Amino acid sequence: MKFITEFGRYLLMLKGMISQPENRHVYWKEFMHQCNDIGIGSLPIVAIISFFMGAVSTLQTAYQLVSPLIPKSTIAQIVRDTVLLEFSPTLVCIVLAGVIGSRIASELGNMRVSEQIDALEIMGINTKTYLVAPKIVAALIVIPLLIVVSAGLGIWGGWIAGKASGILSSNDFQRGLLGSFQPFNVYFMLIKAYVFAFIISSVPAFYGYYVEGGALEIGRASTKSVVVSCILILFSDYVLAAILL
Amino acid sequence: MIEVKHLKKGFGDKPVLKDVSAVMEEGKCNLIIGSSGSGKTVLMKCLVGLFQPDGGQIFYHGEEFTTMTDDRRKEVRKEIGMLFQGSALFDSQTVEQNVQFPLNMFTNWTTAEKRKRVNEVLERVELKDAHKKFPAEISGGMKKRVGIARAIVLNPKYLFCDEPNSGLDPQTSLVIDKLIKELTDEYKITTVINTHDMNSVMEIGDKIIYMYKGEKEWEGTNKEIIFSKNQRLNDFIFASEFLRDAKDMRMLEQAGKIDNDRNMDELMK
Repeated sequence: MKFITEFGRYLLMLKGMISQPENRHVYWKEFMHQCNDIGIGSLPIVAIISFFMGAVSTLQTAYQLVSPLIPKSTIAQIVRDTVLLEFSPTLVCIVLAGVIGSRIASELGNMRVSEQIDALEIMGINTKTYLVAPKIVAALIVIPLLIVVSAGLGIWGGWIAGKASGILSSNDFQRGLLGSFQPFNVYFMLIKAYVFAFIISSVPAFYGYYVEGGALEIGRASTKSVVVSCILILFSDYVLAAILL
Repeated sequence: MIEVKHLKKGFGDKPVLKDVSAVMEEGKCNLIIGSSGSGKTVLMKCLVGLFQPDGGQIFYHGEEFTTMTDDRRKEVRKEIGMLFQGSALFDSQTVEQNVQFPLNMFTNWTTAEKRKRVNEVLERVELKDAHKKFPAEISGGMKKRVGIARAIVLNPKYLFCDEPNSGLDPQTSLVIDKLIKELTDEYKITTVINTHDMNSVMEIGDKIIYMYKGEKEWEGTNKEIIFSKNQRLNDFIFASEFLRDAKDMRMLEQAGKIDNDRNMDELMK
């Protein structure tokens, strides 16, 4: 019963944020601010994770492919597809759910508890449109870009690791990258990125926006938003794979 | 003028406001007083539309607020300024940006015009050198001043203040009270203040509404409160020995039985 109530409130929040902005210029500034926070703010962690993710997957794939009958370029194919299909969209989005999700939930929660949201309401501002919508739109634009960067860095990390450890040469790696490449994998990665971006931004916004109480509740809302976002990412990952692959 | 008729509001099974009717007089400082849990904050939040009442009506200049369309309600809200208990300043913005925010949102003024208006109101609340500071870098009294500046920057018709003196020392409280009173008179604003502070009641209360357990128990002016026979009100207002003595002195003074200056030495004995 509680789940249905919460889901209903979540849908009402999403519906409530669709309205005419009071001032387009102010909303644009807020949107750009969110793009900067979500995109530039998360870029270092995404870069580090992606590079090492690719590097480790090269080493571990090579470790498992011991048969001399399998060409070494297969390692690059496996790394490429794993990074595109799973590691970049799913793993990076789970990390982003922690980084961005907790920030969104605690920012909105703090604004709610310190009556800043009430102050905006009294000014005649639709707080859902002003505070929640720019975060979701910015996430929908920036997170897929981050995922594309992540995929590139993941593959590059795999290449560097393969070369540095002497497992496979640059030529083998490049041959593997181009071999049996399916462009649909990239589309699938982007579809996942959009779905996860929506989850990462809207779920924490919901928990932060409706927080009640004080500092303790802000922390709880933040943790809960990350946990729920991660579960929803994994669940939708399965659903998308089942439907689209 | 704001008129409240038979207002009811509850949370779950617990009624908080029980059939409250009152009039907030135009261009005056209307104080809502009462002990904790008496429903004064809920009444104020219903007045500004943060809570939807369960029953009753609220009229702004004869226009019913409770049943207004969202668009019309937004328009009315643009005529409302509110000072919150914790000031509710935007943490990520400087003092100047906080005050300028309503101008950015609701006017098409040039940057120079906005800056001029921000300087005007910050000067009016006697904050001249804090433009570039963040809320975390200023004192509680300064935050209240910034809150007031932000509330009046669009020249509102109504000013709501939720416990404007909470957390302030007595001297700063008096300064904030004086400022609110001056602004009320200067801009002819209908001001509604929710307070526990007895200094505010005596100094700036043009009209006082005393709430007790969700009902309006008494209403009158700060002159009338001294002579009120309402036991609950007297117990609330004159709770300490010191305030009871002060009341007796004021009553004698008003009845012409003592001259405050002449008899002060005698009374001190």
